[in-house]
Amino acid sequence: MRFLQLYNYEIAIFLAMVGLYIVVSSGNLVKKIAGLSMFQISVFILYISMGVVEGGTVPILIEGVQRYSNPLPHVLILTAIVVGVATTAVALSLVIRINEAYGTAEEDEIHEQDESF
Amino acid sequence: MLSVLANDLPALQVVVPLVSAPLCLILARWPRIVWLLCLAASWTSLAIAIELLDQVLSGGTISYAMGGWAAPWGIEYRIDAVNAYVILIVTGIASVVMPYANQSVAKEIPADRVPLFYALLMLCLTGLLGMTITGDAFNVFVFLEISSLSMYGLISMGRDRRALTSAFQYLVMGTIGGTFILVGIGFLYVVTGTLNMADLAMRLPEVTQLRTLHTGFAFLVVGIGLKLAMFPLHLWLPNAYAYAPSTATAFIAATATKVAVYALLRFVFTVIGPVIAYQDLPFGEIAKVLAVLGLVTGSFVAIFQENVKRMLAYSSVAQIGYILLGIGLATVMGLTASMLHLFNHALIKGALFMAVGCLFYRTRSVRLDDLRGIGRKMPWSFGAFVIAGLSLIGVPLTAGFVSKWYLVQASLEVGQWPLAVLVLGGSLLAIIYIWRVVEIAWFGSPSTRAAEATEAPLGLLIPTWILVLANLYFGTHTGLTVGVANLAARTLAEGLR
Repeated sequence: MRFLQLYNYEIAIFLAMVGLYIVVSSGNLVKKIAGLSMFQISVFILYISMGVVEGGTVPILIEGVQRYSNPLPHVLILTAIVVGVATTAVALSLVIRINEAYGTAEEDEIHEQDESF
Repeated sequence: MLSVLANDLPALQVVVPLVSAPLCLILARWPRIVWLLCLAASWTSLAIAIELLDQVLSGGTISYAMGGWAAPWGIEYRIDAVNAYVILIVTGIASVVMPYANQSVAKEIPADRVPLFYALLMLCLTGLLGMTITGDAFNVFVFLEISSLSMYGLISMGRDRRALTSAFQYLVMGTIGGTFILVGIGFLYVVTGTLNMADLAMRLPEVTQLRTLHTGFAFLVVGIGLKLAMFPLHLWLPNAYAYAPSTATAFIAATATKVAVYALLRFVFTVIGPVIAYQDLPFGEIAKVLAVLGLVTGSFVAIFQENVKRMLAYSSVAQIGYILLGIGLATVMGLTASMLHLFNHALIKGALFMAVGCLFYRTRSVRLDDLRGIGRKMPWSFGAFVIAGLSLIGVPLTAGFVSKWYLVQASLEVGQWPLAVLVLGGSLLAIIYIWRVVEIAWFGSPSTRAAEATEAPLGLLIPTWILVLANLYFGTHTGLTVGVANLAARTLAEGLR
């Protein structure tokens, strides 16, 4: 049952593919950003899964405990979450500006006006 | 005081522009002081970069422990001939673009956003320098995102509304690229348990889970490939360069892709090692094929562009092809050619985009139709374009000639004469698209916009001509560039064969 044991990795792959698919297939810019966020979050899950140590506990000094989970991936992913939030914020503010300039946030309608997509 | 700072030069290299970014916002009420601050920051960076290169050339690799935490645990800044050279390119271009920015930005950016523009420019410089100087794989990702996020902002400040959509397009592709790099670094971490590049290089040969390693490498190459506009992943580049403000285009076109190329070199040669990349995996073949496709299609598409900035952007895709070709050859000569072209292309594209910025300053347009006859109205600006264009083509006595000469030699050295023919063919295509502009702008009868134009102000012309003259200088005095590029190539190629 190795397939089931690795379920968190499978969830990460599934989320990544769904996210990428939304980015590619959706014509609405806000939905694209949602897909992009999903894609980034899948990587967070991947990283956190890597830090697990079998039988390990939370990485805080507790008396009598010898095995800890690896805290480094968690720290890395905190940074990556900040990057993700910043990216989403910049992307959404760009969409607001695009909506002001074109009166729409749909890719094909913007393309009709300007052929820029 | 100074001797205390001297030990912390590697940190200061990144910290100086980083600190000046928020200062730009604090001093936002005095735009002139903001500009002077950025000018001082970029010139200080250049001074630090020259000092670091000097130290590396005389004393070998510098290792700096950030915050005093020793290497594999803390973040290490590691400077050898390769990144000292790239840092010099980035800070050098920043130092020339910054004086140019003053008048160009005042004309192109609404007054209330000018300090924001400078803050983003400084953040972008911080990110690019950080990516180059760091010896920690995860740190590369963080600095990459700092530079990318500020670049999206810079591009979206263009006056044309298409600047917004092209910034959005770049954001989507850039974020996918950045996330791919993150996945790649994660895979390297999972098989070795370390993020320090030197430590990774030491532990990777012991790794037995090759599948994970190979997958990680593939993610890294695709992710960095998106950032450096490797041929099929270049779609964000033409629009981003075409609609960004002139100053931003000149800076980004001359530095951003170069730093991405450096990151690729670092991961391929130092971290993964050329044995895995070139022998176990077909990285060399893939790089060569994509390079050739990029340089042929990029040059061809450039011929048919009506927008001069867009034309130069496609030409950038082609030039990235040249750089990638040298990497694909995987010889010291090929790497030397790539490192040389990194430097020379930064000079060429910086000069070209700044010259086009001069034309835009007066005509408010970069469409070929509107530039008809502009050459006779603005001879100095257009003269700069022509000389930089000759350098792009690779005419002898210009910088572009030197790197193409080395690239042709490198192709012949490994007996692949078709590649040498393609390099020369690319130059022929460059003649066509540069000549097209010269013909229309010099010999055409002036358009309504061109008829009213007068020569660009000295504040724009002087920085542009500094880069143009640098093109001529480094075309005839090759000692410094070839020497350092060769040393950098040999440093990279230590693990080769």
